[in-house]
Amino acid sequence: MTAITSKTKIALLCTLAIPAAFSVSNAAAKTLVFCSEGSPENFYPGINTTGTSFDVNSQIYSRIVEFERGGTKVGPGLAERWTISKDGKEYTFFLRKGVKWHSNKNFKPTRDFNADDIMFAFDRQWKESNPYFKVTSPNHSYFNDMGMPDLLKSVEKVDDYTVKITLKSQAAPFLANLAMEYAGVQSKEYADAMLKAGTPEKLDQEPVGTGAFMLVQYQKDAIIRFKAFPEYYAGKAKIDDLIFAITPDASVRWAKLQKGECHVMPYPTPADLDTMRKTPGIKVMEQPGLNIGFLAYNVTKKPFDDVRVRRAVSMAINKKSIIDAVYLSTGIAAKNPIPPTQWSYNNATKDDVYDPEGAKKLLAAAGFANGFKTDMWAMPVQRPYNPNARRIAELMQADLAKVGVTVEIKSFEWGEYRKRMQNGEHQTGMMGWTGDNGDPDNFLTTQLGCDAAKPGGGNVTKWCYKPFEDLIKKAVAITDQAERTKLYEKAQTIFKDQAPWFSIAHAVQLTPMRTEVIDFKQSPFGRHTFYGVDIKE
Amino acid sequence: MFRFLLTRISLVIPTFIGMTLVAFFLIRLVPGDPIEALAGERGIDATRHAALLVEYGLDKPLLTQYGLYIGRVLSGDLGRSIVTHETVINEFLALFPATIELALCAALFALLIGIPAGVIAAVNRNSIFDHGVMGISLTGYSMPIFWWGLLLILFFSVQLGWTPVSGRIAVIHFIEPTTGFLLVDTLLESDKAAFWSAAAHLILPTIVLGTNPLATIARMTRSAMLEVLGEDYIRTARAKGLSPTRVVALHAFRNALIPVVTVVGLQIGVLFTGAILTETIFSWPGVGKWLIEAIHRRDYPVLQGGMLLLGVIVMTVNLLVDLTYGIINPRIRHT
Repeated sequence: MTAITSKTKIALLCTLAIPAAFSVSNAAAKTLVFCSEGSPENFYPGINTTGTSFDVNSQIYSRIVEFERGGTKVGPGLAERWTISKDGKEYTFFLRKGVKWHSNKNFKPTRDFNADDIMFAFDRQWKESNPYFKVTSPNHSYFNDMGMPDLLKSVEKVDDYTVKITLKSQAAPFLANLAMEYAGVQSKEYADAMLKAGTPEKLDQEPVGTGAFMLVQYQKDAIIRFKAFPEYYAGKAKIDDLIFAITPDASVRWAKLQKGECHVMPYPTPADLDTMRKTPGIKVMEQPGLNIGFLAYNVTKKPFDDVRVRRAVSMAINKKSIIDAVYLSTGIAAKNPIPPTQWSYNNATKDDVYDPEGAKKLLAAAGFANGFKTDMWAMPVQRPYNPNARRIAELMQADLAKVGVTVEIKSFEWGEYRKRMQNGEHQTGMMGWTGDNGDPDNFLTTQLGCDAAKPGGGNVTKWCYKPFEDLIKKAVAITDQAERTKLYEKAQTIFKDQAPWFSIAHAVQLTPMRTEVIDFKQSPFGRHTFYGVDIKE
Repeated sequence: MFRFLLTRISLVIPTFIGMTLVAFFLIRLVPGDPIEALAGERGIDATRHAALLVEYGLDKPLLTQYGLYIGRVLSGDLGRSIVTHETVINEFLALFPATIELALCAALFALLIGIPAGVIAAVNRNSIFDHGVMGISLTGYSMPIFWWGLLLILFFSVQLGWTPVSGRIAVIHFIEPTTGFLLVDTLLESDKAAFWSAAAHLILPTIVLGTNPLATIARMTRSAMLEVLGEDYIRTARAKGLSPTRVVALHAFRNALIPVVTVVGLQIGVLFTGAILTETIFSWPGVGKWLIEAIHRRDYPVLQGGMLLLGVIVMTVNLLVDLTYGIINPRIRHT
């Protein structure tokens, strides 16, 4: 980075004679600049819904348990250990002692983190009687979406460093749910002080956490500055300063990365990837993302209520040509409803073979020898799991025309699109999912479960199949991962046999960065966290 | 003059009401609502959706919502962003100086180049310079901002390394906003390096945003000057033996200014529109980018408040432009 700085300065002196340093300097302190894509919604992860906000808040706050860096395994966080009762309903967390809080101009903590803060984290999202329930927003989106209000029976403080959580029923993903960003722990002492001062909203605007970095400055749509928290319980971060330079346009982020104005950028444009890989000083980290893009057949509508029709359509679509033409080098073919990085992925599954002749025969057997007409919904926006739904729909339309199926492509404004698909108004339509917590249940229940198949639910295929439902219900009620894996593998076999989706692809996660960046780990959830990352001197 | 002011201000009232109507109803014609926009792929169940609509007052009939909104606006409350939960006025005030700083620089750039270019082109009618200015201004007028911005970044920032790519200032400079105008704030902190960095960051966005107004101003100045230069009083001035510079600068230019000033006033609106794209390309933290984001997220209060505030500013500028007519040409009396 030093070389880039010098080069930039020379260019400036020779041309504009402006004594400005545009590039990142790390002469005194190690500074890492991340060209982030947008501003956070606020600094309270409990009401955040975007990855952009979670990227910011995951630097500041810690959770009771944490995902391992670059993985989905749940490990100790603010709790150094925990026990689970035999019936799987009681979780006792033993909290870490000596965990320090950040401070800011409004607040200097007088005590370390303790059980009161955990109680506050739950109460704020759960109980309407909590004075902070409605502060900033009452929409505790993830807490509700992960089913916490229905699952929690009680949260009790046993002593200052022990908390017992009792569930109404067994739920294997519970620990993973607590490692998600929405469960970031805020300071109860700070909350009380702000309430007393009549400025409760400051809790969510000028954050105080126990995380690896503390917030120093935020200018909306411009910059977010963090400083490494020297008293972080796991040890100070390797970098001293972390800067998010907010840069919404992907081409501009790439220009900044080339010029050394930032070290790491998210979400590159697929068209730039070849150049990025060939550019000296730049490396592109990639791994299959925890996501899936698919074409859902609405099984409540004819002719997709017939499994033979669903299988025939899946056989008639050339998946490889779609991935080559639309995903370029950023997608891998999907054969299961969960991605290969997800534990319990069934590698033995045989994917649909592209066989138009076989598809014709199957359609004839189902009584559609002359084909049929159907709609195909294509989302109007680019999504992490689908770079261009309209183009994919056109390719599918051409493939299906060869077997006599006439496709009419439809699209709506994105919000309306989701709402109508979730209400089951389509015959076929594209949708997708990005995993939240690294648990297979987060894919299978939310996308293929019977509860989600009701109008308005996330299961847009509206497929509710008892043998599949029984397996995923059984799997969520036990904690033994090997046992659960077996059940989920069987569920994937049933899914493939019943073909409620044509699984398209898993988008590859791409993180371009400068070669000076050391030990950056890609998060399967698409997060960008910088604890443990270093920069070459 | 006072009566003129009163008349103009009374005309502002129906315009203001029209603006509130457009700002309020136009965004509601777009399908979806802020709650759905926040929900994403997971969707939101009907009960929670309904509860949140009630919480944000979006369940009431549209006319009731409009009435309540107007009531709040008149009491100075523009509401809170549904996404960030910050007050609209605070967000606007934090971002507006960046837009103004950029718009002022772009306006200066357009005026300082556009007016002399138009005058020289008119004086040297049908010369190579005239054709050149007109050709370039036509190109500038037709240039899509997004393409133009990226082209300049790739050439001047990435290839030549002369200018920074985007942002308002290099990240090494830590400047706490006092006025919000970085050129001023850096000077107030006596940080010369930061000042030059802020100035360098302004170069490309200024050119991109100023290109279209520059082209318009140059063309308008040329045609206004051509008209004036053919007038009898110009011929008289020349016959009296005045130097060509004096004739052009004092006699012709001043009389040609009125249509130019009108166009400049109208360009303020163009600058705000252009700022929306320019700010997105150059990661410029201004109100343009803020409004675009609000459209995507159906953030009704931000859109309504932002459009209203910008509308008021454009109206005020146009009122001021009207008042300058009397100064430029004393024969125009505001009665």
